[in-house]
Amino acid sequence: MSPDSDGTWERGEFQNGMNGPKILWTIPVFGGVTITETTLTSWIAMAIIMIAAWFLSRNLSVDKPSKRQIVLEKIIGMLYGMVEGTMGKHNLHFAPYIGALFASSIVGTLLGMTNILRPATADLNTTLAWALATTALTWFFSIKNSGFLAWLKSFAEPVAVMTPMNIISEIANPISMSFRHFGNIAGGLVMTTLLYQALAALSAFVLQWIPVKLINTIPIFQLGIPAFLSIYFDLFSGFVQALVISMLTMVYVGGANPPKEESAENT
Amino acid sequence: MEMADAIVKAACALGAGLSMGLGAIGPGIGEGNVVGKALEGMARQPEMSGTLRSTMILGVAMCESTGIYSLVIALLLLFVF
Repeated sequence: MSPDSDGTWERGEFQNGMNGPKILWTIPVFGGVTITETTLTSWIAMAIIMIAAWFLSRNLSVDKPSKRQIVLEKIIGMLYGMVEGTMGKHNLHFAPYIGALFASSIVGTLLGMTNILRPATADLNTTLAWALATTALTWFFSIKNSGFLAWLKSFAEPVAVMTPMNIISEIANPISMSFRHFGNIAGGLVMTTLLYQALAALSAFVLQWIPVKLINTIPIFQLGIPAFLSIYFDLFSGFVQALVISMLTMVYVGGANPPKEESAENT
Repeated sequence: MEMADAIVKAACALGAGLSMGLGAIGPGIGEGNVVGKALEGMARQPEMSGTLRSTMILGVAMCESTGIYSLVIALLLLFVF
């Protein structure tokens, strides 16, 4: 990516953040499986998480824990503490799922900071898949805990007139969860791209009095200034959205799977 | 470009701007409320500030989501039509 010969940036030239993920390859099975940029980033994120998990869990010992093991124990302890605090002790076996969700969300977002890969979460398919998994878990535990008919009856819960509202809110749940995460990351991507374009135009405008072609085509204002925006949009927003999607998953699934004695009390 | 297409494009641009601009009002007020109340709580009970801060960040992200929906709609209007 470089400016044109006249030193300006054409519209559409620096826009890879504006468009959706590109299709990189097509595997000719089942009528063509497409590999998009999102797929590539997700697979790289998965590989990074697996390698990190493998690396952190080497040579564990009770007597002489290494520094690596202390880091690992801190992470696992935080994760289990969060799951226990939000979902209760009986739901503690969900901690690996929540941890995997959080890790794949944050690694998939942070990989966008390399500027080579597109963030995996700036694609509605990724976040919608996670949100639908949450909805499926919620429905599964509702049906398992109260029975199919009681679950159907719970839609007409306060009064029967509320049934359409309840159905709409149930459908809106995964949509709101996935759009929240997708919109944050994709919006940050668009903002960063717009800022880069604006800075390139500004530096082309300021440097145009220099007659040397090599010097006045350097987009000098792009140096350093976008980093401040990137701290908010990539690091902070990515972390908060990963926290929010795993927290919402914990709240929804934990609400559908209450402790045994409490549910026995209610019925 | 034909006249009808041009009108559609113009309406899309106007709609995107309006959706983003009007949609940013609500989250702005809401986030201000959230942060203000959290600060009040922190000033009253400084020992609770850790819990309050993490809950506040989560709540702010929740409040932001309506603004994010309008952003998604604006992006749809700009790039899909």
